[in-house]
Amino acid sequence: MASSTQTERTATRPATDNLLEVSGLEKHFPITRGAFVRRKVGAVHAVDGVDFSIRAGETLGVVGESGCGKSTTGRLVTRLLEPTGGKITFEGRDITHLSTGAMRDLRRDVQMIFQDPYSSLNPRHTVGTIVGAPLRVQKIPTPQGIKRAVQDLLELVGLNPEHYNRYPHEFSGGQRQRIGIARALALRPKLIVCDEPVSALDVSIQAQVVNLLDDLQRELNLTYMFIAHDLSVVKHISDRVAVMYLGKIVEIADRDALYATPFHPYTLALLSAVPVPDPARRDRAQRERVLLTGDVPSPIDPPSGCRFRTRCWKAQDKCAQEVPPLRELASGHRVACHFPVEEAERTPQGRMAAQQAAAEIPPDNTAEPAL
Amino acid sequence: MKGVDMATDLLADGQSASGGTARSGPQTFLDVRDLRIHFPTDDGLVKAVDGLSFSLERGRTLGIVGESGSGKSVTSLGILGLHRQSRAKVSGEVWLDGEELIAASAERVRSLRGQRMSMIFQDPLTAMHPYFSVGAQIVEAYRVHHNVSKKVARQHAIDMLGRVGIPQPAKRVDDYPHQFSGGMRQRAMIAMALVNNPELLIADEPTTALDVTVQAQILDLIRDLQEEFQSAVIMITHDLGVVAELADDILVMYGGKSVEYGAAETIFRRPEHPYAWGLLGSMPRVDREVRERLIPVKGTPPSLINLPSGCAFHPRCPYEGRNGIPCRTQVPTLAEGSDHGVACHIPPADRQRIFSEDIAPAL
Amino acid sequence: MINFILRRVVTSVVLLIIISMVTFGVFFMVPKLAGTNPAELYVGKSATPADVAATARKLGLDKPIYVQYGEFMKGLVAGREYDNGPDKTHCAAPCFGYSFRNDRPVWPLLLDRLPVTISLTVGAAIIWLLGGVLAGVISALRRGSVLDRIVMVVALAGVSLPIYFTGLLAQLFFVHNLHWFKGGEYVNFADDPFGWANKLFLGWVTLALLYAATYARLTRAQMLETVSEDYIRTARAKGLRERVVVGKHAMRSVLTPIVTIFGLDLGAALGGAILTESVFSLPGIGRLSIDAVNTKDLPVVLGVTLFGAMFIVLANFLVDIVYAVIDPRVRLS
Repeated sequence: MASSTQTERTATRPATDNLLEVSGLEKHFPITRGAFVRRKVGAVHAVDGVDFSIRAGETLGVVGESGCGKSTTGRLVTRLLEPTGGKITFEGRDITHLSTGAMRDLRRDVQMIFQDPYSSLNPRHTVGTIVGAPLRVQKIPTPQGIKRAVQDLLELVGLNPEHYNRYPHEFSGGQRQRIGIARALALRPKLIVCDEPVSALDVSIQAQVVNLLDDLQRELNLTYMFIAHDLSVVKHISDRVAVMYLGKIVEIADRDALYATPFHPYTLALLSAVPVPDPARRDRAQRERVLLTGDVPSPIDPPSGCRFRTRCWKAQDKCAQEVPPLRELASGHRVACHFPVEEAERTPQGRMAAQQAAAEIPPDNTAEPAL
Repeated sequence: MKGVDMATDLLADGQSASGGTARSGPQTFLDVRDLRIHFPTDDGLVKAVDGLSFSLERGRTLGIVGESGSGKSVTSLGILGLHRQSRAKVSGEVWLDGEELIAASAERVRSLRGQRMSMIFQDPLTAMHPYFSVGAQIVEAYRVHHNVSKKVARQHAIDMLGRVGIPQPAKRVDDYPHQFSGGMRQRAMIAMALVNNPELLIADEPTTALDVTVQAQILDLIRDLQEEFQSAVIMITHDLGVVAELADDILVMYGGKSVEYGAAETIFRRPEHPYAWGLLGSMPRVDREVRERLIPVKGTPPSLINLPSGCAFHPRCPYEGRNGIPCRTQVPTLAEGSDHGVACHIPPADRQRIFSEDIAPAL
Repeated sequence: MINFILRRVVTSVVLLIIISMVTFGVFFMVPKLAGTNPAELYVGKSATPADVAATARKLGLDKPIYVQYGEFMKGLVAGREYDNGPDKTHCAAPCFGYSFRNDRPVWPLLLDRLPVTISLTVGAAIIWLLGGVLAGVISALRRGSVLDRIVMVVALAGVSLPIYFTGLLAQLFFVHNLHWFKGGEYVNFADDPFGWANKLFLGWVTLALLYAATYARLTRAQMLETVSEDYIRTARAKGLRERVVVGKHAMRSVLTPIVTIFGLDLGAALGGAILTESVFSLPGIGRLSIDAVNTKDLPVVLGVTLFGAMFIVLANFLVDIVYAVIDPRVRLS
């Protein structure tokens, strides 16, 4: 497993400045068949050996297309899911396989905000009950009473404290997301995993929530793991960004480095595909776009070697045989690729040349085009 | 194959010229005038679309931008005549190539639907029938408007699937929608919409449910097919990036009305409506240096049942009531006939100055 | 697909075995728990204890229950000999037991009654399926209209009124007052098709009304849900005629759950439409079971119960297969 070398590297790093460390993290969902005796016939490799760390006070953005395992990673970190393998360390403590009892303490420090603000709020409970629930469950002392504590939280996220007794359906989408944030903040957590927190919201509301998350981070010294498919939002909010593809991190770097000089062909393709709100750049953008053919392969039977090779214009035999390790190509910029993007390839002409160079090497017959 | 197409197309054109309303309307290909779509409900009258006008030539793309509840999707269904007469009160005029559709018979509009005007929907998984194969659904779309055998139509469906970039179309034609990936399903949906070479194609959030790399493929596909067929395209979306990719003209909708309408360049370079400024300020951009903060629009989109008085945007507008302008009482109108219409009470000179001095530098 | 069918066959067989165990257990344990000896039921209250003991031995009722169950299952598969006093009686496979009240094996008893029950339920099923679905579709398409309200009120009445009420009322009205239909004995279809239909008609309608009501409501709800689906909007956007949109695209989705329920209902009704058969004095399986219960003819009650269970399991099996055929998402996953 390529992750073993990574584990060593993260282990040698001083653990002090990292709030969260994840190494070799795996989650395989078994696929079972059979009428009476369920036997395992395979597994969805949702997350397959992921290493990263999050420093206290920073925001790590995690991007990738649907099915890349970014949400599963978030759920593993918050321990809503039990990891199949690997290790998660929070503040130096191994939380990979915490018991239910010990999990309760973890819940104080690690919270989650979900995508759909409606389905994640119980429609039969008032906002006061929803936001106050963590305080009650964890028996947090509230000197001025729970109601007051909840109203403070509502005010903190920009909701009217008088709406304490209202039900979720009386709020708009953006306000519901604020309720979700208030609930997550109730226990004063250190780390908040935000899973697509703004994807379901209208553009004008999206910006309000993004700004709110920004302000809260500053005021409460929060650390975010921000999971989203929208590369623009992730660029705005993150300090560092990890790009995932089929259960693996393919590139992780400081935000500006990743967006300015992506090294992984997938990252380059992803960035070039983002529609830019500037009609003047339209033709240029289209010409310079790295068009990926086909779809993401199935995580049940991922391609051998590098998982991106079936859609990569640079793929060679080596890519099918060896899993590329996550190597540090520049300071803090780690990439899992045998043939990282070179400067010349940032233009379409350069890519064409690289494609030809790759094609001259006898094609590998396992690298059939994905449908 | 092509010959059959052209023959049937000619036939259809001939029929429409003789059977339809005489050509008396405006000369542009699609002309929508004062379109109103109201839904009477128990809670009150929902004015989903209220006095919308725009026009579109063949080979051009109009982007309709708006948030949820702006009336953009209701508009597209209204043009296709897909609102139930028992539920919706539709008035105004929709001229398609010289033929008025709102007053036309339901049967006449049906015969145009899918034939001269067709539509791509947002979520291809729910928009295709789960129990019929992809091929059967395309064949059906073709045979409603063409009197050909199943075999001919099937071949046409296979050709069409191939043209939208589905590999091995002869094999995939018998697959069911759930066997396709999201991107492939949207391609199949496009194949179905284009199977009769429609002159007007309405795409309602065609890429919202798709991943960004697939979105890029689909946008390129729509653009290429438009060039090939020279159809008029209406692109409905909330994503300013997507309209910037495709649209020649842009119409910004808010609360069932058009608040700004003009060439794409103009709307992105010199927008004049405060709501358009808000949309641009709300968007983080991948192509620029990161701004310290986004500049959102305050408040939430209005409910269509209970629209604010005067300018529907006034409760969210930072310039409301500025210099005594009557935002709360008078509904601003979009200047007719100009190439840049703005429905705002702020005087044009002021608007331009506010944008260039206060807004543009912060974007 | 073959794999799928095989899996279903195995499931069904296992289910049948479990049902037979439970039923057998109930029928032979309950009298014991209640303190009565089942053998007493056969010989009557006046018999001496010695007679009872002899009967119990003869019937194997003195053996442990699992032995009795084993013999019963063996009889089902291979037939069985009953030591019937002076002579032995052979009960050929499938032997569902031996009715000493009727002095016949249970299986031929069931077979005799089956044509009546099939005539009644299949006839009724056709009426309730067509009538219910049609009423539901019309009701959904004319939602909120007077017609819709009438259909729903009739449906509500159909569900809530018991068969012995509607059945007796219908008989009183159509047979005794109007003389549209003859009363009298059941006749075989082969002997007199018109007499057969004449005798069954009211039974069909009465039984169908009960089910049709449920089907109308279900169809209406399904149809209302389906017409708001995106793919129905797509069908209209293609320019299909409303007739095709509803008749082909919507109906395909509406019928899927209906087929499921229809299979199960038909299976259950075949197991014995007890009330309808009693009210209309039709000598079907339902009547057989009532008579058996009244005369405490335990082997027949057991036989009817297992026979009914068999129909339900078989119907379940067929429904699963049909479902896989009509829904490609089930078939191909």
